[in-house]
Amino acid sequence: MTPLLQVKNIRKFYGARIGCKDVTFDLYPGEVMGIVGESGSGKSTLLNSLAGHLAPDCGEVIFDTRADGPVDTVTMSEPERRMLSRTDWAFVHQHARDGLRMSVSAGGNIGERLMAVGGRHYGSIRERAADWLARVEISENRIDDRPSAFSGGMQQRLQIARNLVTGPRLVFMDEPTGGLDVSVQARLLDLLRGLVREMGLSAIIVTHDLAVVRLLADRLMVMKDGCVLETGLTDQVLDDPQHGYTQLLVSSVLHV
Amino acid sequence: MSDYNFAYLDEQTKRMIRRAILKGLAVPGYQVPFASREMPMPYGWGTGGVQVSAATLTPDDTLKVIDQGADDTTNAVSIRKFFEKTAGIATTERTARASVIQTRHRIPEAELTEDQILVYQVPIPEPLRFLEPRETETRKMHALEEYGLMHVKLYEDISQHGAIATAYAYPVKVEGRYVMDPSPIPKFDNPKMEMAAIQLFGAGREQRIYALPPYTQVVSLDFEDHPFEASKADHPCDLCGAEDSYLDEVILDDAGGRMFVCSDTDYCRSRREAGHSGRLGGEAA
Ligand SMILES: [Zn+2]
Repeated sequence: MTPLLQVKNIRKFYGARIGCKDVTFDLYPGEVMGIVGESGSGKSTLLNSLAGHLAPDCGEVIFDTRADGPVDTVTMSEPERRMLSRTDWAFVHQHARDGLRMSVSAGGNIGERLMAVGGRHYGSIRERAADWLARVEISENRIDDRPSAFSGGMQQRLQIARNLVTGPRLVFMDEPTGGLDVSVQARLLDLLRGLVREMGLSAIIVTHDLAVVRLLADRLMVMKDGCVLETGLTDQVLDDPQHGYTQLLVSSVLHV
Repeated sequence: MSDYNFAYLDEQTKRMIRRAILKGLAVPGYQVPFASREMPMPYGWGTGGVQVSAATLTPDDTLKVIDQGADDTTNAVSIRKFFEKTAGIATTERTARASVIQTRHRIPEAELTEDQILVYQVPIPEPLRFLEPRETETRKMHALEEYGLMHVKLYEDISQHGAIATAYAYPVKVEGRYVMDPSPIPKFDNPKMEMAAIQLFGAGREQRIYALPPYTQVVSLDFEDHPFEASKADHPCDLCGAEDSYLDEVILDDAGGRMFVCSDTDYCRSRREAGHSGRLGGEAA
């Protein structure tokens, strides 16, 4: 099977300061990769380099495109990369307001990607927006409300709906449950797990919260100081960490 | 008149503006940056249009200036006087006699010809502005033809009002390429933009010029199930009886009396001079 994403030797420095270096992994269709580490570990730099928000200093991010098969997204043209990022890719930000248009209704937020790829029938755009609201457990009668009237958890679910409406194959998530109350987090995780399974999504999830990866990720990558320390199946890494740092990480969580 | 260079601006500045105009004509609908000059009038008064007119006018031109369709508003009168004084050119209120027409908020009703130039005063040239305030991003969206946001705006309109409520500055797509703000003309005027005359748009404060060459394709954005409509008040003009012109509603008295009259004052007068008359044509004219 061709990997959906092949990450090869990604390196990103900020001047002399290391962002991340020599990161290499494959992601297969339907697989969820968790990237854990403390803040400053380089996990967000890596995610943004993979998603095309940052230009890596070197390395390849090869995506198996529908039309042309595997293509390096680092060197593809900007229009192609932007097209990819609103069709087959999705990006869920930690802060919903970074991923939503706060002055646009919930329906408009969900419909934007449809309209961006040529949707020109109001009725069917609205129908799909309503359908997606339901799928993220937001009442359809909130379709004309602005996200500013929503709770934090609802905003995050709306952001997810807005991203998934075009049926992307790869979702990047940056601390998707960060900043939410614990009970709200649990519901969101449940929802994400359901959507990932149902849609057969591939995802790369960056988080400092091991509970998130325990629930969502098939595989795990542990980062520190810009480098990957350990990779493996999630349960293996969490239950039998090999690297000293991972052992610390796991035990500190257990004591929370 | 000898106190000023012809049409107030120095020749260097006019050349710079003409280059922007030519570039605009070469790339219809594309917003060309230009170094807007201070003009002896406030920005809200159409300094962008005035600079474009100044760079366009020649001593042989005849200028008409309209504001909301009328030649006699303060704004229109002062711009007309400005060019009478600084350029010594002839002015007119007759659409057909003008070679350059500067306008705010309307396109004349009379069909314009290949010998004419229509100059629009533009307050906000960027149609994507209200949804995407970052200029770096809107430029990129234009460059890459990423115009989904325009339909988000129309979607919001329909979801809130049941129909596309945008009545002015209704966005258009030019030659299947650039999305353009036609300035705050009523959407009734949008179909007229496919015309024989050259159309130039000047935004002073925002320092942008854009243009439509003659016979350029200009399509108003819409949805398949909510098609564009060039609507107007469903009424004939009470003075000249015209059924095809854009109307202003005028309140006549405290008792709720009102009348509809052509917003294009020259069109209305020309029709009445030709013998046409509306409901109140006898008395009010
Ligand atoms: Zn009339």
